[in-house]
Amino acid sequence: MKYKIEYLEADDLQKLQLDRLREVSQHLYNNVTYYREAFNDLSMTPSDINSLDDLGNLPLTDKETLRMYYPFGMFSVPMSLVKEIHGSSGTTGKPTVVAYTENDIKVWSEVMARSIACTGGDYKDIIQNAYGYGLFTGGLGVHYGALELGSAIVPMSSGGSKRQLQLMQDFKTTIITCTPSYSLYLAEFADSMGIDPKKTTLKIGILGAEPWSDGMRREIEDIWDIKAYDIYGLSEIIGPGVAVECEGQNGLHIWADHFLPEVINPDTGKPVAEGEDGMLVITTLTKEATPFLRYATKDIVSLTYEKCPACGRTSPRISRIKGRTDDMLIIRGINVFPSQIESVLLEIEETEPHYQLVVSREGALDELEVQVEVNEKFFSDEIRALEALGQRIKQEIENVLSIAVKVKLVEPKTITRSEGKAKRVLDTRNI
Amino acid sequence: MQVKQISIFMENRAGRLEEITGVLAKANINIRAISLADTSDFGILRLIVNKPVQAVEILRAEGFTIRENEVIACVIEDRPGGLHSMLELFARSELSIEYMYGFFEKHTDKAVMIIRVNETDKAIKILQSGDVELLSGEQVYSL
Repeated sequence: MKYKIEYLEADDLQKLQLDRLREVSQHLYNNVTYYREAFNDLSMTPSDINSLDDLGNLPLTDKETLRMYYPFGMFSVPMSLVKEIHGSSGTTGKPTVVAYTENDIKVWSEVMARSIACTGGDYKDIIQNAYGYGLFTGGLGVHYGALELGSAIVPMSSGGSKRQLQLMQDFKTTIITCTPSYSLYLAEFADSMGIDPKKTTLKIGILGAEPWSDGMRREIEDIWDIKAYDIYGLSEIIGPGVAVECEGQNGLHIWADHFLPEVINPDTGKPVAEGEDGMLVITTLTKEATPFLRYATKDIVSLTYEKCPACGRTSPRISRIKGRTDDMLIIRGINVFPSQIESVLLEIEETEPHYQLVVSREGALDELEVQVEVNEKFFSDEIRALEALGQRIKQEIENVLSIAVKVKLVEPKTITRSEGKAKRVLDTRNI
Repeated sequence: MQVKQISIFMENRAGRLEEITGVLAKANINIRAISLADTSDFGILRLIVNKPVQAVEILRAEGFTIRENEVIACVIEDRPGGLHSMLELFARSELSIEYMYGFFEKHTDKAVMIIRVNETDKAIKILQSGDVELLSGEQVYSL
C-alpha cells in the first residue's frame, strides 16, 4: 500500500503544513489558556503566522507544562468530544494526560497503518502485538493501525512468553510488534522451549519504545531471520506511529503532514543545521483533543529532508534516538524519571530521600534496582520489619512506575551526595 | 536484669563485618556475644560488648546505623533439656520470642541465652518465678 502524501514535493508539503499549523494554532488560541497567553505574551495572534519559521518564536511545551495543567487543563475540546484518554510517565507521581477525539483516533490509525506499511506489512499479514495494552499508548496504537491496514491483529499485550511463542507457531504470525529487548528475550525463551526462532513464519519485527543500536538490530535479525525496523512515537504526540524506518533502515520517516519536526539546540533553543544533532521538537498539526505546539520530546536526533534513496519517500527522516536531554530512563519500554521515585520516597518517613538507581540488563531484559537509605530513627533490628519496609517501598514505587523494581535497603549516608544535580543513575546496560 | 544489646545494620558486602570488628578492636572493646541475621541484601549484626555505651558512641561516630535494645540473659544448665524447660515457661505464658542466640560462659561451664522479646519486664518476672537464673548487664559485660 502506497500513501501518496509520503511522496509530496517539498513546496507542497510545506504549504500543507503551514495551512494546518494556522488552523491548529487558532484552535489552541481559542480553547487553551496556556497557548492563548503564549501568543498574547508575544503580542501576536495565530493569523500572524506567515511561514513555518514563525513557529520558532513560540515557547516550548513539555511534560512540566502538562503537569501544571494536570489533568485536563491542556484539553482543547469539551469532554463530550473526547473518546479516549491515555497517559504516560510524568516527572512526578502523576502521569501526563493526553486525549483523543474520534478524528484523533482516525489520524492515529492512519499514521500507524502507514508505519506498518512502510516496513512492508499489508492486509495479508498476521500481526502479533506484544506491546502492552492499557494507559500506555503502545498496545492500542498498533492495534488501531492494524485494523486500518486490514491486517489480522492478535492482541497479545506484553508478557506471557510461552503463550506468545505457542500462538506465534499456531497462528503463523508474520509480524511481531514489541520492544527490541523483548524480541531478544523471546528468542532466548524459544530456544529453551526447543523452538528454533529461525523456523517460525515471522518475517518482520516492528520494534520500538526504547533505544537500541544497530548491533542489537543485527542480532535480532540474525536470531529470528527477520527484518527488524525501528518505530518511534510518544503519547504526547499521538503514541506509536510518529516515525518509522523503511527498507533502507537509514533513518525514520516522520509523517510530517501530521507532525511538524524541528531540531533545536537544547541550550540555546536555536535551530541546528540539517543533519546536526539536537533536540527533536514536534508540533502536532492535525490533532483535536490535545494538540501541542512545539512539544519538546527531549530526544536527541538529527533530521534530514533528503529524498530517501531507498524508498523514494520525501517525508523527512530523523536519525535513531541518540540520547536524551534529561535524565529519563527507558526500562522495558516504559519511561521512568528519577524524580518519580524521589516523590514516592519523600512520602515514606522511614527512608531518607537519598537513592540510587542501578539499571542493568539480565539476559535480554532490563532490571531496575532502587537503592534506598534506611533512616536511623526507624531502623529496627528485626529482619521482618526491615523486609516489610522494603516491600512497602517496592509496592509504592511500582504503583507509580507500573514496572517491577527491586528495592535494596542500604546504610545511611552511603549514597554519594553531590552539590547540585545528584548522580542518581548508574546505567550498566550496553545498548 | 536487662542487658544492652547493640544492633548494627549492614549491607551484604565483602569486608563490612571486618570494618566493625576493626573499629571495636581499636577501641579495646571486647565482644561477649555475637549473632548475625541476614537476608540476601542486608544483615543485622547483634552484639553484646563489655563497654556498650562507649561502643555505641564509637560506632555511631564511624557512621554505622545502630539501634540499642534491651535483651535478657538467662543461664541455662548445659545438659539435654536445659533450653527446653526455659522455653516451656515462655510457651505457657504465651510470650513470643523475637530472636535468641547463645554462648558459653567459660568460668562456670554454663550456657547463656540472649533473648529478645517485646515485653521484656513481663518476661523477666516469668523467668524469675520459674527459678531461671538471669544475669544482669554488669555481670554479662564483665564475664
